[in-house]
Amino acid sequence: MQLQCPMPKLDFEVITLGHGSGGLLSNKLLDSSVFELLNNETLGTRHDGAILSAGGAVAFTTDSFVVSPIFFPGGDIGELAVNGTVNDLAMCGSIPKYLSLSFILEEGLPVKEFWEVLVSVKYACEKAGVQIVTGDTKVVDRGKGDKIFINTSGIGELHPNAAISIDRVLPGDKVLVSGNVATHGMAIMSVREGLEFETDIESDTCNLNDMVKALLDGFGPAIHLLRDPTRGGVATVLTEIAKHGRIGIDIRQQDIPVDEQVDSACEILGLDPLYVANEGIFVAIVSEDMAEEALKTMQSFEEGAQAAIIGEVSEAHPGQVVLTSRIGGRRVVNMLVGEQLPRIC
Amino acid sequence: MKYLSEYRSPELVEQYLEELHKEVTQPWTIMEVCGGQTHSLVKNGILELLPKEVRMVHGPGCPVCVTPLNMIDKAVYLAEEKDVMLCSYGDMLRVPGSKKSLLEAKANGADIRILYSPLEAVKLAKENPDREVVFFAVGFETTAPANALSVLQAHQQGVQNYSILTSHVLVPPAIQAVMEDEESNIQGFLAAGHVCTIMGIEEYYPLVEKYRIPIVVTGFEPVDLLQGILMTVRQLEKGEAKLENQYSRVVRREGNPDAIRVIREAFEVVDREWRGIGTIPESGYELKNPLKAYDANTKFSVNIEKVQESKACIAGQVLKGIKKPYECPQFGKKCTPSNPLGAPMVSSEGACAAYYHFSQTEVE
Repeated sequence: MQLQCPMPKLDFEVITLGHGSGGLLSNKLLDSSVFELLNNETLGTRHDGAILSAGGAVAFTTDSFVVSPIFFPGGDIGELAVNGTVNDLAMCGSIPKYLSLSFILEEGLPVKEFWEVLVSVKYACEKAGVQIVTGDTKVVDRGKGDKIFINTSGIGELHPNAAISIDRVLPGDKVLVSGNVATHGMAIMSVREGLEFETDIESDTCNLNDMVKALLDGFGPAIHLLRDPTRGGVATVLTEIAKHGRIGIDIRQQDIPVDEQVDSACEILGLDPLYVANEGIFVAIVSEDMAEEALKTMQSFEEGAQAAIIGEVSEAHPGQVVLTSRIGGRRVVNMLVGEQLPRIC
Repeated sequence: MKYLSEYRSPELVEQYLEELHKEVTQPWTIMEVCGGQTHSLVKNGILELLPKEVRMVHGPGCPVCVTPLNMIDKAVYLAEEKDVMLCSYGDMLRVPGSKKSLLEAKANGADIRILYSPLEAVKLAKENPDREVVFFAVGFETTAPANALSVLQAHQQGVQNYSILTSHVLVPPAIQAVMEDEESNIQGFLAAGHVCTIMGIEEYYPLVEKYRIPIVVTGFEPVDLLQGILMTVRQLEKGEAKLENQYSRVVRREGNPDAIRVIREAFEVVDREWRGIGTIPESGYELKNPLKAYDANTKFSVNIEKVQESKACIAGQVLKGIKKPYECPQFGKKCTPSNPLGAPMVSSEGACAAYYHFSQTEVE
């Protein structure tokens, strides 16, 4: 998607320490960028913080974004920073409402790049139906950061039908994923310095709150658990659920959706798609009787077209995730240790 | 994926398993030489599908695992030199040295880069003429051509700030070392398919003859492995000892002549120390003249005191197939992938890590 928002004329081209001073330069930068682009009533008050009203229970979360490179195939750090927090709120069973947006900029960052990231933030917020209501901008010396770091925190109103809890995960429940696994991680990997390879893989970063809302509207308490398998991938999230819920999980390799190009890239780099990071999918644990219907609901969304039931919760082997391979062999799936490092041969 | 999905076909796997069950009449011990094969056997859950008579033993073919402690220490030392940019394959970063791993050195500020190709390191050397770029050249015959090529390229292009820290090892001498070990009870080998893709298969005939042992050059997919195992078992049941090539869609008898030429141009065969095993005669590569100037060992005259391996680690016995990872008292207890006592717990191709990650026998 090509985003159309012409950059204002400014008398500086790169971010300098002064832009984080809180003084005139800060105001010049923010007036013509953040406040202009992300304008809403609450942000417009320009107070030290935002005053919001919340009727009932709220979900609250925070996340920091340090992705490198900041622009990658299929997205950028701005979009990621909005979607990441929106999705974490959705995983709590809430309707995301308000976000904070804090930048740590590295001295020397071209203002044009900052602008492009802000434009992405704007569109991602519009798509997810959330508002940026407060924020902060700091600048650090060159070499002390990596272009842009973003922190977003968010507040969501709990969905009235939501009853999301690890304690509600029961033997017999089905394990669903909402789309192809490993896409985002491999899109980033394909442009990392020293690892570049030719591919059309694009990140699947997107907001998942609409799909989650549809699930909660339709099936409410039958949705037992939702998780966002970002770093560490699906394998790590499932092992966490098995350990903390003291239940077993069985998954089938042949049912786990992976895009063919992503699968090939993983193959070449010696990575297991189950451990690669995701940004545009979630894992849902759904009661057995509602699983097929929930799957259909997920598949009715564009970003859920590849959704699949990949396994079940079981009474056997509590604390363990066991995968049945394509050829029928069984093995334990463990948590990712450290960073997933490419292997030699 | 063409040429891949066919070799993961559940139907074919079932057919080969049936054949195996039908033909095996007594216990056999077979070693898969390559860590990639170990990884695939465990990851696909093949070990538990095999007839109980077939015992697979995991060989020393994991380059990360057999790179000596002293080499890791040298790499760490070089990385901590002010002007050095140390480039490495990702696997090597977590391997514990006597004091720290490269990953820890990186966290302490050393400039360490993960690369997929040593040619990238030559590029970095050209882009950073005021820095010394060192590539940690580990691996078997598979990574040797690219490592050799990087040095030849640097030499041709006059890139003087590039060098490699070599710890290359060779498969045939390792098979010989396993067979010469008195404790070893290996009756057949699956040779490493990708090593033979480079080197061809000729050098395995003398081993088959000397030790009267079947060797089957085998690939890495489930169907490859089962076919390789079946071919080995058939020979064993008939009392034969032949060299066969299961991986013929990739491996040619003469190997890859261009790759071999590049290796010969850059490297000479030398005695090499293997971590956990000791020195094996004529089992490694080192840069030869006039390329010795690109050998980081010579260039920086790195002299690091040799430190004894942790006594608790039985890596040597695991690498020679005498013990299974779970037979080690430290396995999964004091020794885990996040806190490895020895190298086979580090690389996903190391037998200990493969068992830790995928095996039913161990979870916390």
